[in-house]
Amino acid sequence: MLGTGIIKGMAQTAKNFVGSYTDSKYLTTVEYPEQRIPTKENNRNFPFLVFDGDDPMPGLRCVACQICEKECPPQCIYIEKDKTKKPDFVGKDQFQPAVFDIDISVCMSCQICVEVCPFDAIKMDTEFELSQTDRFGGLLLSKHKLAKSNDYYRSIHPTEAAAIDDSRAEDVKKAKAKAAAKAKADAEKKAKAAAEAEAKKQADAAGDAAPPTEPK
Amino acid sequence: METLLIDIKARILELAPEFLQFPLGHLLSISPVISVFAGFFALTTWVERKGLGRIQNRLGPNRVGPFGILQPVADGLKMIFKEDVVPRSADKVVHFLAPILLVIPTMLAFSVIPYGERLVPIDLDAGILFFFAVGGAAELTVFMAGWSSRNKYAMLGAMRAIAQMISYEVPLILSSIVVIMMAGSLSLVDIVAVQSGPIWNWHVATPWGFAGFLLFLTAALAESNRSPFDIPEAESEIIAGHMTEYSGFKYALFFLAEYMGLFAMSGLAITLFLGGFHAPLPFLTWVPAPFWFFGKFIVLIALFIWIRGTLPRLRMDQLMGLAWKFMLPMTLITFATGATWHYAGKGVIAWTICTPMIVLPYVFLGKALTKGQTVAKRVYRFAD
Repeated sequence: MLGTGIIKGMAQTAKNFVGSYTDSKYLTTVEYPEQRIPTKENNRNFPFLVFDGDDPMPGLRCVACQICEKECPPQCIYIEKDKTKKPDFVGKDQFQPAVFDIDISVCMSCQICVEVCPFDAIKMDTEFELSQTDRFGGLLLSKHKLAKSNDYYRSIHPTEAAAIDDSRAEDVKKAKAKAAAKAKADAEKKAKAAAEAEAKKQADAAGDAAPPTEPK
Repeated sequence: METLLIDIKARILELAPEFLQFPLGHLLSISPVISVFAGFFALTTWVERKGLGRIQNRLGPNRVGPFGILQPVADGLKMIFKEDVVPRSADKVVHFLAPILLVIPTMLAFSVIPYGERLVPIDLDAGILFFFAVGGAAELTVFMAGWSSRNKYAMLGAMRAIAQMISYEVPLILSSIVVIMMAGSLSLVDIVAVQSGPIWNWHVATPWGFAGFLLFLTAALAESNRSPFDIPEAESEIIAGHMTEYSGFKYALFFLAEYMGLFAMSGLAITLFLGGFHAPLPFLTWVPAPFWFFGKFIVLIALFIWIRGTLPRLRMDQLMGLAWKFMLPMTLITFATGATWHYAGKGVIAWTICTPMIVLPYVFLGKALTKGQTVAKRVYRFAD
């Protein structure tokens, strides 16, 4: 009959209205600045630089290889290499960035910098409250602003961070084993050389006593 | 209560010199009406947004003040301080006049509605005629706004508004003519007096009154451009219709006039069908009459908000079809039923004759109009 649809609809809205006072099922919104939903693990927006340890600048994983700078499609990364080198996590001497800027007003969140980084130094952040009063300077992030600790990385992308931590621990182990092997080899070589030298010395000494007879 | 208000007015008038008594007396009648309904306007915007929010599973305004109660104040301040933009090619005089001329007739409509036993600003012999006459001016001003803006959306909105308001004025007036016929008077005070007493004396408690009330409500919704009949504004189609080129306080005036129009229509619906200021049950008569009037008023406003939260906007052809094919015949049937009711003695016999007179045409007309229309579930080709 004409009008039954209207009554059905009115009943539904009445249910929603009354339900919003009695049942949390009917009130689905989150009051954002006060209440927050934890960000999803797959969430990403802009890149940041990971550092190990407590001190951001010395702990940066970035070695200023500039692969990300070259690969960045909108060219929002700017890197200047530092002159000095410093040892990285496996003890190898590496460069470090003197300047590392990302212009997040240009960045398109494509994650290509993260894909190409061989050092796991640049990762995607989930921070979204990025509004600034200055749209040029405020959105050009320097390495000081970009540097975030590995603990933070673990907290926003736990699975990914754990895999990277494992592989890095493996690398450290390998490097240690290699170093140990090298040290051992070096020691052996040294010992061998020393033994050889010793033998030569002794031989020389014996030769002095009895000069070798040359066949005639 | 009524006598208290009248006494206060009389006391103040005694103090005034004689030449001031006439203007001061009218000012004292006008100012409470305007201030009360302006207060209702502010409150309704808040209640409406809260209610619609709850209907849509969200909280609604909750930032300004406790529970967002100060939202109307914030909105008002925003409206006042906004820049008043007038299009360069607009007809500036008409563009300026339209919102003002819209507010005046909607305010005038309040002057003939009885709020209590002696609480009626002007007791006109042809009160209802006056009400519809000033209501007709609203159509002109809406068209003034749309025409002077020199904007295609404003023009379209104004044309839609004219088409809609003229179409719905017919069932609106026809459904109230039954009441005039039954009461035998054009004066709203007399119409309320006819319905004096408890709820079974009200016009809504008769077959023709009930049908007339529903028809009147529907037509009133369309007359005041409210959802589901908000085709003249139709935000998603033509931006804001005739209000597209208005900003700041002029826009606020349109908004005010729209709500004032709705309030006036609610007041008239109460007067014509819901027994005016009379208490619904005999033992409740100790509550002063204005409280009953405004209680019914609040219920009607809540109903309008509920309807707005439920029904989607009609299409233009559906709107016209509803007015001319359904509501016009139904009002005429109500008319005939009213006459039958009068001559059948208003008793059990009248009920048995009059109820089928309303129900059968409703059912068959509904069937005939929806014939061939099938309600199917929408199938998405790509979205699923």
